[in-house]
Amino acid sequence: MARIREALAPSGPPPKLPDQETVNAALPSVKPDIASMREEFINQSNQLRTEVRVCSDFSEASGALREIAVEGGWGRVALHRGPSVSRLSDAFSCPVMWTDKDYEKSELEKCDAGVTECDALVASTGSILITSRSCGGRALSVLPPHHVVVADAGKLIPDLSTAFVNLKKTYGADMPGFISFITGPSRTGDIERILVLGAHGPRRLTVLLIEDSL
Amino acid sequence: MTSPADKFTEKSTVVAENLDHRARIRDAMKKYEGTRGDGVQRFNDWEAARDSASRIKGNVIGRLNHYLEQFVDRIEARGARVHWAEDSAEARRHVLDILGRAGARRVIKSKVMTGEEISINHALEKAGYEVVESDLGEFIVQLRREDPYHFVFPAMHLSRGEIGDLFTKELNTPHSSEPEELTMVARRELRKRFMEADAGICGANFAVAETGMISITENEGNARLTCAMPRIQIALVGIEKVIPRLEDLALFLPMLATSGTGQALTCYNSLYGGPRLQDEVDGPEEFHIVLLDNRRTVVLADEEQRDSLHCIRCGACLNVCPIYRNIGGHSYGATYQGPIGSVLTPYFKGLRAWSHLAHASSLCGACTEICPVKIDLHHHLLQTRRNAVSVQPARKARWPYACFAFMMNRPRIYGFAVRVMRRLQHWPVVSGRKLLRPWTKSRELPEIAPRSFRDWWKERG
Repeated sequence: MARIREALAPSGPPPKLPDQETVNAALPSVKPDIASMREEFINQSNQLRTEVRVCSDFSEASGALREIAVEGGWGRVALHRGPSVSRLSDAFSCPVMWTDKDYEKSELEKCDAGVTECDALVASTGSILITSRSCGGRALSVLPPHHVVVADAGKLIPDLSTAFVNLKKTYGADMPGFISFITGPSRTGDIERILVLGAHGPRRLTVLLIEDSL
Repeated sequence: MTSPADKFTEKSTVVAENLDHRARIRDAMKKYEGTRGDGVQRFNDWEAARDSASRIKGNVIGRLNHYLEQFVDRIEARGARVHWAEDSAEARRHVLDILGRAGARRVIKSKVMTGEEISINHALEKAGYEVVESDLGEFIVQLRREDPYHFVFPAMHLSRGEIGDLFTKELNTPHSSEPEELTMVARRELRKRFMEADAGICGANFAVAETGMISITENEGNARLTCAMPRIQIALVGIEKVIPRLEDLALFLPMLATSGTGQALTCYNSLYGGPRLQDEVDGPEEFHIVLLDNRRTVVLADEEQRDSLHCIRCGACLNVCPIYRNIGGHSYGATYQGPIGSVLTPYFKGLRAWSHLAHASSLCGACTEICPVKIDLHHHLLQTRRNAVSVQPARKARWPYACFAFMMNRPRIYGFAVRVMRRLQHWPVVSGRKLLRPWTKSRELPEIAPRSFRDWWKERG
């Protein structure tokens, strides 16, 4: 540290930090109404190969989830007791495991899918914001090969700046130990720059977007 | 012992003569240029974004001690253990101590250039630990016992056939050269390792001072697994990675993605603030950060080149550099390649032995133009050339320059020299370029006019 102070000592003042407005003005923007945000989120998701299924209510979402489970041949699925996820847990005919208390990693590894909540859906980038506290831990959304996110339309926010402002508002000084922006299924271009999905994280990412969450 | 400069000449000559290799790299980089161009269009104002990014980094680096203190305080408050490392040796000692005390045996790593810098894999293997790289590109070059070719695309120099052969040889898998199948082979192999690892070593793209968290950017998900499955997490972070506020990531994450790979945003951008908290269901029991100096403070002290510490390691300067495209990443012989590598390596590893990298440049300025944080790269290369003279006086160059200056200051002597050269230019020893070989072997003497302008002017009266 002393070396740092010494190195900086003879210099004049550094440039001032730009204010948030200036920074945000340069970034892509989305109109903050639900329709525009939904449209852009779906647009981004198409490019990322994130599957978005718009459901009018929870019972439609339950049906969609059952379809996906059958189509994917799910033998076992992992969930956490989030408000929306809990409402859909009876959609499954296959065995279910919960990650809310200490769970066995090897059990999670056997699951075909992980179903989670999210803190937000970022329209401008097609990203899903999760935290370890609100979305069942660190591994639930990355270890199983299919990640399904259950989100009501109220989770849509326009951009990343809003996401960070909201994180500070929601958690304040008591931030979760893990926060992540998920932008599409896992991918790599390390072999001849050819895009391959499912490098280590989920190969499939599905968002069930519920319009009416009552 | 061959000097780094000689090794550089040797290696770069080999690659420069391999036209297939050069074509492969050139094609990859042209593709990058296209996707990056699209990415830049997505911004409302890319130049304004560069300006903001440069100011934010300028502010942080200019007050580095303040922000580092803030970062350390906040992350320690959540149970992280911070270890300061002045140099590579100290950093390695910290890592070995942490692993030793924790009784770890198996280590898995996500991509961390700071780890390459301190040669951590070698040190761990020597001490008997099992280390595996989880990033696909790094996994491939680790199996080949090679250094990464590019710090964003470690295996870009290899064809699918070469990777297929490698996997068959080292992993005993049935042969394939399809990228999809090869990726699945690596996924299966590494999944086992994620489940078995005692410790995960990661890096950080950014260290957020305001909230005391590190930010890791990746596409594969291997860093998320490295930081979720094992019970020990060790992050190796250069001191210059700090950014002031959480919301600065709203600027840096898209800029890193656009400049690095042409994506709007990389697949996973994750923040880690310490070990597993009381109310959390998984995550490491222990979280350690090794903050590495390794002569970054020397760059910091050089006000002229201090902005090199703004670097976010996007790799854009490598991608556009005409030299990098034609000699490849292995020729540099250092952890960081391309223009930023040529600027930093003389500081990190010694000016006298490494100033040749500053000469491996046509000074075209493409690097400076593309840098998302506006580092004045090509001027730094010029400055390094100048600095190098004071540690390695170019005595051999003094007398030719003195003769040149003597002649050019005296028009009659210059006129005489031209008349002599006009007679001699067709002598085999001159036209064959046998004299002064180091200088003449790549330069042709243009035809000297039968009459000089001055003579023509004099005749016209």
